[in-house]
Amino acid sequence: MTAIAYTGLELVRNLRNRQYFVLSLGLPVCLYLLMAGPRRDVTSLAGSGIPAPLYYLTGMIAFATIAAMLAGGGRIAGDRIAGWTRQLRLTPLPARAYLRGKLTAAYMMALLAIALLDVAGVALGVRLPAGAWLHMTGLVLIGLVPFAALGVALGHALGVEAIGPAIGGVTSLLAFVSGTWFPLQGVLADIAPYLPSYWLVQASRVALGGGWPAQGWLVVGGWSVALIAVAVRAYRRDTQRG
Amino acid sequence: MTTTMSTAGIAARGLEKTFTTPRGEVRAVQHVDLAIVPGEIVALLGPNGAGKSTTIDLLLGLTAPDRGTVTLFGRTPAEAVAAGEVAAMLQTGGLVRDLTVRELVGLLASLYPAPRPVEEVLAVTGLDELADRRTQRLSGGQVQRVRFALALVAGARLIVLDEPTVAMDVDARRALWATVRTVAARGTTVLFATHYLEEADAHADRIVLIAHGRVVADGPATEIKARVGQRTIKATLPGAELAALRQLPGVTGAERRGDAVVLTCSDSDRAVRALLGAFDPRDLEIAGADLERAFVALTAEPPARRAA
Repeated sequence: MTAIAYTGLELVRNLRNRQYFVLSLGLPVCLYLLMAGPRRDVTSLAGSGIPAPLYYLTGMIAFATIAAMLAGGGRIAGDRIAGWTRQLRLTPLPARAYLRGKLTAAYMMALLAIALLDVAGVALGVRLPAGAWLHMTGLVLIGLVPFAALGVALGHALGVEAIGPAIGGVTSLLAFVSGTWFPLQGVLADIAPYLPSYWLVQASRVALGGGWPAQGWLVVGGWSVALIAVAVRAYRRDTQRG
Repeated sequence: MTTTMSTAGIAARGLEKTFTTPRGEVRAVQHVDLAIVPGEIVALLGPNGAGKSTTIDLLLGLTAPDRGTVTLFGRTPAEAVAAGEVAAMLQTGGLVRDLTVRELVGLLASLYPAPRPVEEVLAVTGLDELADRRTQRLSGGQVQRVRFALALVAGARLIVLDEPTVAMDVDARRALWATVRTVAARGTTVLFATHYLEEADAHADRIVLIAHGRVVADGPATEIKARVGQRTIKATLPGAELAALRQLPGVTGAERRGDAVVLTCSDSDRAVRALLGAFDPRDLEIAGADLERAFVALTAEPPARRAA
């Protein structure tokens, strides 16, 4: 009950912060329309077999949701600097309930971004069977697990001033090397499949009748385990410093 | 066993905590013993860097001691916190933004098993008119009042207040102490840290004076003053030998100010009798020293101790 109330207020805080809300949801939609709009009739982007509006849709979903997850965890830094986490540690609220609130709020923001981008995608002519939409969304939500963990780690390890640049930098870099802006070629195409963000973009493969190959699951699973370990370590170091 | 558990308030024994800093090890808390019974209002008084906040962190379980034990109502600090028996207004505690005062106080209330009614707490802290304001739009003094409300609404058995009246205006301070007294009358234990000597003197049942990581005095304000013999006798007494005055029973020091002498006394009653028997003083004045003097005398220990 308590934990649910806490999660609810975390959501309210996200919704009330209008600047954050508008920027983190509006910007990706604008970018998507700018990139995919002019190429809406391309049926196989750079020979990928995937129509341009769909390819850019998952690309932009990856960009927006990674940013949402990192920002969600990154909010821990703000709470920390304000002394709020210390205050909460003196209440009966378990640490895991606090974390759950943060992660739920982050996932809610990610889902909102997905929904808005999906609408924009449909407007540009993306048509998929209902099952494929669900499959694609499911893959994205699973692919976000490592980024949820990374956000928590950043939130515990960094100061508030560093959080913004860290999120912007990580998101942009990952978007660039993971094929968000264009299908990859050359060296990047060899490296990218080892990154979890690449598999977020590749959720568009559902249009070809498949999801992730085994490699995708392995990479996402491996990064999840590794980054959760990093997040746990960052949490412990942060809270035991006294 | 159960009876001792239910009657015990705060019990700390042999607390030690050393921090490693770039400049070496700092023994923030060298040896602290503390026992507080339920319903008591205790002030933790000491100069900056004396170890007050570290002591509070150790008592609340925010920091683990290198040595020593703490029990709160017979449990470990972590257990007491989990059971909702502890509420605190920490020195560094801030407020999260994007929530209203009422939502924030309500949130804290929802985390505790037996909270006070939110509206009642908003009223006694004078926050009813600010209840719908977002927390980022409050002044410093208002933030302090909200933080006090957060500690109150918990309905906890122990309330810890670290420098609670910083940035508060006179009215807010008066209201805070009146509320603290009401809360303590219900059986809540209150521990507050302050460097406002008048506050400790006026509002605590007992003062624990901390300096250099040690408890240097522990007792009622009056007793602490007596401990350092800081009662003074002033008298017009021309020509008297200071050395002879210092020999009088109950006198620890003597100095001359023009025709007058000022005697510092450990036992002013005996000193007055002896003075009247041996000399012929006029314009006799006896003054109880203020806490400020007691404070200076008890905490002035020049060598800063550091572990090698």
